Amino acid sequence: MVADTAASRIAVVPRRPSAAVQVMAWLARRTEAVAIPLGAVLVGLALFSLFLLALGKSPAALVDLVWRGGFSSAFALQNSLQRAAPLLFAALCVALPARLGLVVIGGEGAIMLGGLAAAVVAPPLSAAPAPLVVGAMALAALLAGAVWIGAVGALKAYRGVDATIASLLMSYIAIAIANHLIEGPLRDPTSLNKPSTLPVGDANMLGPMPGLGVHWGLGAGVLACCLAWLLMERTTLGFSARIAGGNVRAAQIQGLPVRRLIVGFTALGGACAALAGFFEVAAVQGNANATLAAGYGFTGILVAFLARHNPLAIPPVALALGGLEASSGLIQRRMQLPDATILVLEGLLFLCLLVGETAYGRFKIFSPHLWASKKEAAA
Amino acid sequence: MSALSVETVGMTKRFGAFAALDEVSIRIEAGGFHALLGENGAGKSTLVKCMMGFYAPTAGSLLVDNREVAIPGPKAAQAHGLGMVYQHFTLVPSLTGAENLVIARADVPRLIDWTRERAALAAFMAGMPFRLDLDRPVSALSAGEKQKLEIVKQLYLEARFLILDEPTSVLTPAEAEEVLGLLRGMTDAGALTVLMISHKFHEVETFARSFSVLRRGRLAGGGAVGAVSRDDMAAMMMGERRVRTVAARAGAPDPDRTVLQIEGVTATDPSGLRHLAIDDLRVRVREIVGIAGVSGNGQKELADLLGGQIRATGGRVAVAGLPYTGSRAESRDRRVRFIPEEPLRNACAPQMSVAENIGFRAFDRRADGRTGLWLDKGGLRRRAHDLIARFGVKTASAEAPIATLSGGNVQRAVLARELTDPVDLLIVVNPCFGLDFAAVSDIRSQIVAARNGGTAVLLISEDLDEILELSDRILVMSEGRLVYETAAAEAEVGTIGRHMAGHH
Repeated sequence: MVADTAASRIAVVPRRPSAAVQVMAWLARRTEAVAIPLGAVLVGLALFSLFLLALGKSPAALVDLVWRGGFSSAFALQNSLQRAAPLLFAALCVALPARLGLVVIGGEGAIMLGGLAAAVVAPPLSAAPAPLVVGAMALAALLAGAVWIGAVGALKAYRGVDATIASLLMSYIAIAIANHLIEGPLRDPTSLNKPSTLPVGDANMLGPMPGLGVHWGLGAGVLACCLAWLLMERTTLGFSARIAGGNVRAAQIQGLPVRRLIVGFTALGGACAALAGFFEVAAVQGNANATLAAGYGFTGILVAFLARHNPLAIPPVALALGGLEASSGLIQRRMQLPDATILVLEGLLFLCLLVGETAYGRFKIFSPHLWASKKEAAA
Repeated sequence: MSALSVETVGMTKRFGAFAALDEVSIRIEAGGFHALLGENGAGKSTLVKCMMGFYAPTAGSLLVDNREVAIPGPKAAQAHGLGMVYQHFTLVPSLTGAENLVIARADVPRLIDWTRERAALAAFMAGMPFRLDLDRPVSALSAGEKQKLEIVKQLYLEARFLILDEPTSVLTPAEAEEVLGLLRGMTDAGALTVLMISHKFHEVETFARSFSVLRRGRLAGGGAVGAVSRDDMAAMMMGERRVRTVAARAGAPDPDRTVLQIEGVTATDPSGLRHLAIDDLRVRVREIVGIAGVSGNGQKELADLLGGQIRATGGRVAVAGLPYTGSRAESRDRRVRFIPEEPLRNACAPQMSVAENIGFRAFDRRADGRTGLWLDKGGLRRRAHDLIARFGVKTASAEAPIATLSGGNVQRAVLARELTDPVDLLIVVNPCFGLDFAAVSDIRSQIVAARNGGTAVLLISEDLDEILELSDRILVMSEGRLVYETAAAEAEVGTIGRHMAGHH
């Protein structure tokens, strides 16, 4: 700091680092966000291997099964992509509010409500043309999710209620309400063993994407991730949100509408999660039932954290976890492991990831501002 | 309890190749009051951190009462009777003063007998001239009260050598005088030795008996207070460099053109404990109005009100004749800028880059003045590079997180952001808190330059010297009200101090 005051005195233009150094610096800043989650995943896998060894199972066999069950064949890949589709939306429900500094973990409830809302509007419109019905279903889902998670944002913005707790509790409430309606007033009398709503009708079902054999939720999810990235990184709205997430007082002093940003971004996240429910109903199940709450909302949290809340990183991470979940049946059968095994693995990965959060900024190689001579760094 | 003598011998601390502290040897006699002077980054903090065991020195040793001691950590320092009061508070906000004191003790029992502890504390406090309510939670205390509690805590922990890191930066002159006077009295009585880090010469001259100056990690000079002139002390601190003096005032305030007008405004802070009631406050074109006052007398609430963080419960805040609530559109249209205290905490997103932080005000305004949807990243970067150069912000790169900058450079970046376009009303709060000598004169010059250009400036500051140096008109705030007004030319420190202390 002695040096810097001297510099300001004579109004020297700071040295611009050379192009090579700038490129290195750019690379280093980007690499950190990949290297640390990757390191955390490796540590998590190592811990999980110990867990398997303790059970007398071979970690190598597990890796082999994950590869075969999730990625090795066209069929396996299709299965993985099918599971990745809802994860994309569920992860956005975490990633969008996260840029405002909110940890929202209630995507599961929004998925359930979204699916229910979509299923409920279809039967009364059965006479209308299919595109109209599908549009109405999507809109109903969007609204349901936006209101539900937007309410979490409003509780935070206007009453200071912690968004993590509120979203989790709201999620349980949503699932309970949805199950009550599915098993009660909205139940299709002909659904005997598996209580469901009335079917949305085959004409209103979405087909697979051409050439992939996976439903349109995948394409829509990837598109949503790209749009979310544009919103966060390339629009003034996203920049405002990042300021509020970086320091809410600074955002208030700049006169930014912090409360509206919080409500808006949580509502958007909720709408995304609800779309996952919409696609499950309109492309997979054909009605709303209890299996809508299949855990995608919770796996989505892991996806978003692994992706460092970067929307563009969500699709590859979602595919990886989709593959992992796709292989879980195979793992159960071949290795005689309980079906919670994959949950144990996901939990371990998440734990390592959260521990890894503390590592940011601690590695000199990733922190270009520490590269200059030590003297400047300390100044 | 008797005072300790403390001596550092060849104290050196290297971070890699950089010597933050280079062979510094200082001796402070038992019962001494020693001032440690130097710019930010001169090594003062490093030296005291080595003494307190936060850093392991690369070389050198510490002598306490002429015996070499090893201080592996702060606990060991406390056991040897060394205590430190930090610039940043180390109290538990949710606990009361009494609880903070008792839990800080090393020998606190598993089960605390509060009746006994309270009696012991009352007896202890009877010997302290500080007026402190130990039953209030620390979060409800003002900065000045917290600072007093920090000092009381060290004395309660039986520190016989006390290090103070800029202890008066949050105190009023009267409070500072009281606190330092008390400490000086304790040193005179031989109960305590004090080492005080300070930026203020008058404090050093009034209370310290000896001083040392650090410059770039080395001992640049020292001696008995009084034997060296202020100019020589400044020369020791600054070395060869010339220091720019504050720009001269040019032109007079325009009495007919009021920019900021606050009438009959009432407001309450979120805790509901502090109330603001301002009958009439005007700031005119080309005028700096200084608001002086003891911290915690409504200045924060006034700033929060103007910064849009709390709402008025009554009355009228107007800028350029129209109601003003601090929204982005209003502050842009009326050209109002707000620079809060502690800019890194209040005006920046610490993990975002310097370039992004500089862009906070202009990012959503297109060339035609309307709000745009797409972010012009290239434009923001170019503008940031330009401003970094023009305002002399020292940073490794425009892409580095702003938290990696020194305090003075964060404030320069914030000024670069807020003062580039024409400004009609500038509201600044404690703009120079914790900054070094050179940065202070730099930043004050910027404020005066803005005023000379016709800006109306509301300066809310706890540093009375700053108010006296910069203001055209001075108002004193006490218990949420404006209780005294004077033109700066006729200002009398004694009268201002009396009003600050609540004697109206």
